Amino acid sequence: MLDQLNRAAFRLPSLKAIRNMSPIAWREMKSGLTFLAPWIIGFIAFTFLPIIASLIFSFMDLRITDGILSSPKFVGLDNYVRLFSDPQIWTGEGGTRGSLWITVRFGLIALPVGILLPLGVALLLNNPNLRGGMVFRSLFYMPYIVPFIAAVFLWGGMLNAESGWINRALMSLGFARESVPNWANDINWVYPTYVIMGIWGIGNAILIMLAGLQSVPTELYDAAKVDGANTWQSFRNVTFPMISPVIFYNVTLSMVGLFQYFLVPLVVNNGTGRPGGATMFYNLYLYRTFFTFQNMSYGSAMAWLLFVIILVATLFLFGTARYWVYYAGESRS
Amino acid sequence: MKSKSWSSLRLHAKIISITVFTMAILFLFLSPFAFMVFTSLKTQDQISIIGAPIWPARPAMYTYNDKEVEIFSVPLAECQGSEDERGEQELAIVKKGTRESTFVDPDNPERGEFTCAVSWRALERPWQFSPTWQNYIEVWETIEFPRLMGNTTFYALSTLLGTLISCTLVAYGFARFRFPGRDFLFVVLISTIFLPAFVTVIPTYTFFQKIGWVGTWLPLMVPAYFANAYNVFLIRQYFMTLPRELDEAAAIDGAGPWQILWLVIIPQSYPVLLAVTVFHIVYSWNDFFGPLIYLSTNRDAWPISVALSTFNGIYGQRPQLIQAGALMAMIAPLILFILAQRFFVQGIVITGVEK
Repeated sequence: MLDQLNRAAFRLPSLKAIRNMSPIAWREMKSGLTFLAPWIIGFIAFTFLPIIASLIFSFMDLRITDGILSSPKFVGLDNYVRLFSDPQIWTGEGGTRGSLWITVRFGLIALPVGILLPLGVALLLNNPNLRGGMVFRSLFYMPYIVPFIAAVFLWGGMLNAESGWINRALMSLGFARESVPNWANDINWVYPTYVIMGIWGIGNAILIMLAGLQSVPTELYDAAKVDGANTWQSFRNVTFPMISPVIFYNVTLSMVGLFQYFLVPLVVNNGTGRPGGATMFYNLYLYRTFFTFQNMSYGSAMAWLLFVIILVATLFLFGTARYWVYYAGESRS
Repeated sequence: MKSKSWSSLRLHAKIISITVFTMAILFLFLSPFAFMVFTSLKTQDQISIIGAPIWPARPAMYTYNDKEVEIFSVPLAECQGSEDERGEQELAIVKKGTRESTFVDPDNPERGEFTCAVSWRALERPWQFSPTWQNYIEVWETIEFPRLMGNTTFYALSTLLGTLISCTLVAYGFARFRFPGRDFLFVVLISTIFLPAFVTVIPTYTFFQKIGWVGTWLPLMVPAYFANAYNVFLIRQYFMTLPRELDEAAAIDGAGPWQILWLVIIPQSYPVLLAVTVFHIVYSWNDFFGPLIYLSTNRDAWPISVALSTFNGIYGQRPQLIQAGALMAMIAPLILFILAQRFFVQGIVITGVEK
C-alpha cells in the first residue's frame, strides 16, 4: 500500500500537459474526476478544511461551555507559548514525566513487540512441517475482530491481581502472593500490561507477514542452500529482504498508531493517568483538553504539534527505507 | 531401506513437535476466551472464595440434621474406627477443629458422628460444577441489550451502504481512467492514513456541535458516504486485476463508463465487495471512539461498544457481569468471522502485500 509513496512514483500535473490534452484525453479526465468526486468532496470537507480550521483554531481562544461555542478571539501565539512550556507535555526538571515522553517510551516498548511477535507467529505458520496451517491462521487472526472494549475487559480480567489467571498461574509456579505483579495498578508494570492487552491486535500483521513469506520464491532458498547458507543466513539474506516491504508497512502504521495511543489508558485506568501519572499519554491529555474540558483552541495546538511530529517521524522512516526495504524488480543503485 | 525409515521417522517427529508447539502457543493466545466464559458463569460467591477452581464451581454440601454442612476430603487413616483403611473419603464436617474435627459419612449416615485427627483448614474440598446463567439475564436487562444490538446494526448497515457505493466509484476512477494528476491524488488519498485523528476531529466536532449534530448519528454516518483510503485501495487493487478487454468490448458496443462499471466490472467483483462488507461491519460494530465523542450525551443511541465501556465503572467489583457483557458484545462479529473467514484473509493480504 505504501510503495507508491516510497518510490515517489507520481508527478504533479504540469499546466502545459493539461493545456496540450486532446479532446479524448479531456473526456477521460472528466469521467475520471466524476468518479473521484465523492472522495475529493469528502477530502475537502472532512480532511482538508478541518486541517486548516484546526490551524486557525490554534491561534484563537475557543471553547464550548454547556454546548455553546464561545465567540472566537485571536490570541496570537498564546496557545503555542503555553504548549511549549506545559509540564504535562514536556518532562520537567523535577522528575515528573511529560505525556510526550510517556508516549515515546511506551512506543519504544510496544513497537518491537508489535513487529517481532507477529513475525514469529508468521514464521511458525509458514513452516512446511506444520499441519493444519489454515485452521491455525484463522484462529490466530480471530481475536483481532473482537470488539476493542471486550478485548480490554478480557485481558483486564486475566491480569487482575487477585483473580486473574496470569497471577494464579504465576503463584502455582511458586511465586509468592506478595511478589506477583499488580499489573495495571503498578507503575512499573502498567506498560507491560498495556503491551499484553495489545497482543490480540496482532492478527492483521500475522496475515500480512505470512502472505509476504509465502510470496518468497522457493528457488531463492534453494540457491542459498547450494551456497551453503545456514538457517540464520538464509533468513538474513533471503527472507528478510524479500519481506522487508511488508515489515516496512507494519512498522509505519504501528508507529503512527502508537503516537496516537490513548484508548487503552482511557478505558483501563479511566483516563486519569493512574498509577502515578504514568498513563497520561499525549493523546489522552489531548483528548481530555478537547473533549472533557472542551478547549478547542489549545486542543488544536496540541493536535498540530502531534501532526508535525508524526510527519517528521514518517518522513524519517521513509528516508531510511532505501537502506533496508527491497522492492523486487527495482535496482537498488 | 533403514536410512529411509529413519528419515521418515525424523520427519514425523518434526511435524509433531512443530504442530504441538504451535498448538501450545495458540492455547495461551486464546485462553482469555476461556477465562471470559468461565467467569461469566460464576456467581458472586464463587468469585470471592479463595482457593476456588478456575471453572464455575461450588463446594459440595451435605444436609445433616436440617443444616447445610461442608464436605471435605479426609484421609481415612486418621479417623476413629477406620484406622486401617487407606485413601481419602469425602466426609461432611459437623464440628470444625484445628486438631480434631467431627464428621459424618454422607454415603453411610447410620455410622453416626466420628472424629478424625485432622485440622479442617488443611483439608481439600471436592468441587462440583455449578454454572449460573443469571449474569447473562442481568446484563441483558440492565443495559437493554436488544436496543443496543438494534443501534449497532443500524450504524453498521447504514454506513455500509455509503462505504460500498462511494468506495466503488472512487476505486473505479483510480483504476480505469488516465489523466494528469491522478497518481498525485492517489498518493494524497493514501497519505490520509498517516493523519492524526485529532487534527481533523476537533474542527469537525466543533462544526457538528454548532449545527446541532452532536448527540445524533449524523456525524458518524455522513462521512461514510465520501470514501476512505483503505477500502478504495482494496477495491482499486482488485479492479486492476480485471482484464481490460471486456471493458473495451463493452465500450465498442457503445457502453459508457457508468454502464461498464455496472454491467462489466461489478459482476466480476463480488469477492472484493464482500471483503469490504465484512471489514466494514466488523469495523463499525467495534467502533468506540466515534460513538464515544458524538453520542455520549445521548444514551438512547448508544451502540454496544459505548454501553460496554461503562461497565468498568459500574461493575468493577462484579467481574462476572463484565465478562458476560463482553461475550454478548463479541458474538455477532465472531459469527460473521466464522462464516466469512475467506474474505477477511484475502482483503488483509491485498492491503498489506500488494503495491
